[in-house]
Amino acid sequence: MDFNDTPEEAAFRAQVRTWLEANATAKRGRDDTFRAGLSEAEYLAAARAWQKRKAAAGYAAIAAPREMGGLGGTPAMQVVYSQEEARFLTPDRVFEVSLGTALPTVAMWGTPEQKASYLQPAFEGDHVWCQLFSEPSAGSDLGNVRTRATREGDEWVITGQKVWTSGAHFAQYGILLARTDWDQPKSKGLTMFILDMGLPGIEVRPIRQISDEAHFNEVFLSEVRLPDSARLGPENQGWKVMLSTLMQERFSLGENFSGDLYAQIIDLAREVEWDGRPAIEHARVRSGIADAYIAQFGVELIVRRGMSAISRGESPGPEMAAVKLVGARAFQTGGALAVELGGAEGLIAQEDLGPEWRLPQLLWISAPGARIAGGTDEIQKNTIAERVLGLPGELRTDRDVPFRELEG
Amino acid sequence: MNFDFSDDQRRLQDEVRRVLADHSTNVHVRRVLDGAAPFCADTWRELAALGALGIAIPEAHGGSGMGLLELCLVAEEAGRALVAAPLLPSIYLAAEAIRRAGSAVQQAAWLPRLAAGEAVIAAVLDERNHRVLKDPKLSLADGKVSGAVQAVPDGMAAEAALLLVDGRLVLVDLRGEGVERHALKSLDPTRPLARLVFDGAVAEALDAADGATVAAQVVNGAAVLLAFEQVGGAARALHAARDHALQRRAFGRAIGSFQGVKHKLAELFAQIEIARAHAYYGAWALATGAAELPRAAAAARVAATTAYNAAAEESLHLHGGIGYTWELDCHLHLRRARWLGQILGSEHAWREKLASALIEEAA
Ligand SMILES: Cc1cc2nc3c(=O)[nH]c(=O)nc-3n(C[C@H](O)[C@H](O)[C@H](O)COP(=O)(O)OP(=O)(O)OC[C@H]3O[C@@H](n4cnc5c(N)ncnc54)[C@H](O)[C@@H]3O)c2cc1C
Repeated sequence: MDFNDTPEEAAFRAQVRTWLEANATAKRGRDDTFRAGLSEAEYLAAARAWQKRKAAAGYAAIAAPREMGGLGGTPAMQVVYSQEEARFLTPDRVFEVSLGTALPTVAMWGTPEQKASYLQPAFEGDHVWCQLFSEPSAGSDLGNVRTRATREGDEWVITGQKVWTSGAHFAQYGILLARTDWDQPKSKGLTMFILDMGLPGIEVRPIRQISDEAHFNEVFLSEVRLPDSARLGPENQGWKVMLSTLMQERFSLGENFSGDLYAQIIDLAREVEWDGRPAIEHARVRSGIADAYIAQFGVELIVRRGMSAISRGESPGPEMAAVKLVGARAFQTGGALAVELGGAEGLIAQEDLGPEWRLPQLLWISAPGARIAGGTDEIQKNTIAERVLGLPGELRTDRDVPFRELEG
Repeated sequence: MNFDFSDDQRRLQDEVRRVLADHSTNVHVRRVLDGAAPFCADTWRELAALGALGIAIPEAHGGSGMGLLELCLVAEEAGRALVAAPLLPSIYLAAEAIRRAGSAVQQAAWLPRLAAGEAVIAAVLDERNHRVLKDPKLSLADGKVSGAVQAVPDGMAAEAALLLVDGRLVLVDLRGEGVERHALKSLDPTRPLARLVFDGAVAEALDAADGATVAAQVVNGAAVLLAFEQVGGAARALHAARDHALQRRAFGRAIGSFQGVKHKLAELFAQIEIARAHAYYGAWALATGAAELPRAAAAARVAATTAYNAAAEESLHLHGGIGYTWELDCHLHLRRARWLGQILGSEHAWREKLASALIEEAA
């Protein structure tokens, strides 16, 4: 067991740090954020420019194999990079779906031609990808997808509606789950496609989220024509392809759930006064900080164990299944603890309360989304109970019925 | 970074598990539960024969000199097997304190006998500042100790006691003059307690100039080791509940198919894995002497205490009425979880230690 960098990791860290120092500005404090106040278009342009610079230096896809245009490094090197980059002001989130889930799926299931055309431009920030899975009647129950893909000669004609699609309004491509066979049971007749978001017949309507951002969208597809070369993986094997994406998602989300919320709470609690004393001196606050650390750093430790397993050429253990459940809830509890610190004044929005409240307030309002996106808490628990503990699956009436016979 | 135990260490853990499966069965544990023995001599002998007791004791002193990481895995298996023996006082506390701070003579006198399981030393090295009975505290004058300590694990079985008195670490011969001891009824009878009363008993100091610092380090290490016991016990309680849920039927199906049951077990799994992650981090900090040890130990202790208490409580609950019988082992976990969680400072005290460490680091 060794928690410290190996000599190679230490050398890589030094190299990354030197590069970051030359190419980015260090954060002055925990709440310092990359050019807050940019419009979305400006932010996007900045994110792309930053991604291009990273790609030129070899840091765009550290753990991807060289033959796919990556650096051929270890997952641990990716962690080293992320740790170092977190100390600098850089744009984030824009490439989360592209690099975290969509491209790994293309890398796993794509034809040589697909890999050759799509990986490099995404690494370089030219293409942003989105993930078109959920529909109005297919969320937790993703097997219920009704978007229709019909074969016409060498083409597929796609008609349907997707929803909650993060980043669809600025993405160039997406991976799309559609129904290709209505005579098979639910999950059997699905196929995955690569969707060029610029094609005729696609309409993207942003949806305003509770965090007051418009980050996810409705996507209407009417008779969108795709060549068969846009199919990702075999026909009617879309469920299997989708499962491998969700595995990736769980893994890349792991990194999102680590962080230093507890340290932010410490900073705030030093300044806030309770009964004439700093709030940090109160037992309730101190135990809240301790519990926030246990959940958040616990998740980070599990992810590091998973990374270590991958570095040794093994698969991460079942404990990875706990990451999203615990991590998302830690955001909600920690965010609430931070907001609660201020009592009545804690209800004043950050614009009038002070910039140090920006992140905690954002976390508080966006935590409910984290508990839903990528599989809700309940779905995570079902997965742990069934896949890890071997308990029986849910009672289902729809498993073996041809999809066209199911009621809506 | 390689954040896990090695294959060799896992093999050793499997070996300990195999031996304990035969030598710490519920028949063994229940002999202690029923008061037939102060601890299970068979378990103790087998652990000694396996080299598990001396795994972190240097070869020169009769141990196998492997290290603290290996001892953590022994602890996990001991917790899983509900071992009814003095690992905490003799091995986690006394042997560690003597290894770190004993004179050459003290090391030669005690470590081989501790590794062989021939000697048991009782030890109280934490501050013990939750007080109910308010005995006169221990004090030291002219090399003699007076006062009393309550709730001393294995105090009746031990031949000596290692105590932190007035900032000094001292060994007291419990069979000598000026010592009285009384057996106390324990909420976990498999881990008996005693009251030790001293009236000018001869105290032999360990070498350490700063006993309090050494004691604090050893206590942090013991917190990590107990976290491994707790994780092992919690995993066993969870699996017992899982097995019962698969087999017991109600309303025409296995109770494990009800979502209320599945989700509860999934929650326990997540809680145990968070505790395990902190325990591993604690093991790393302990074995490498990292500066993070106080934070890592406190987090491991809090996370493991909450996880084992929850697993023991819910595992019993999932068994229904039969879980409430003396005959089933559910109460052994309920008792052990409580005992482990409070014997080395309460969860609240450790949560406060964790907060202090975090706040200090963030300064
Ligand atoms: C911020 C955000 C970003 C998102 N981004 C994307 C994206 O980029 N691409 C994409 O495809 N999707 C995206 N989603 C959609 C997300 O995957 C779904 O919202 C999620 O899977 C839940 O589906 P649903 O909204 O239909 O809720 P439902 O499935 O209707 O769930 C409603 C409630 O019922 C519970 N429930 C459902 N089934 C069960 C069960 N079997 N047992 C117990 N309880 C159950 C759920 O836990 C939930 O609490 C995003 C969602 C959010 C919030």
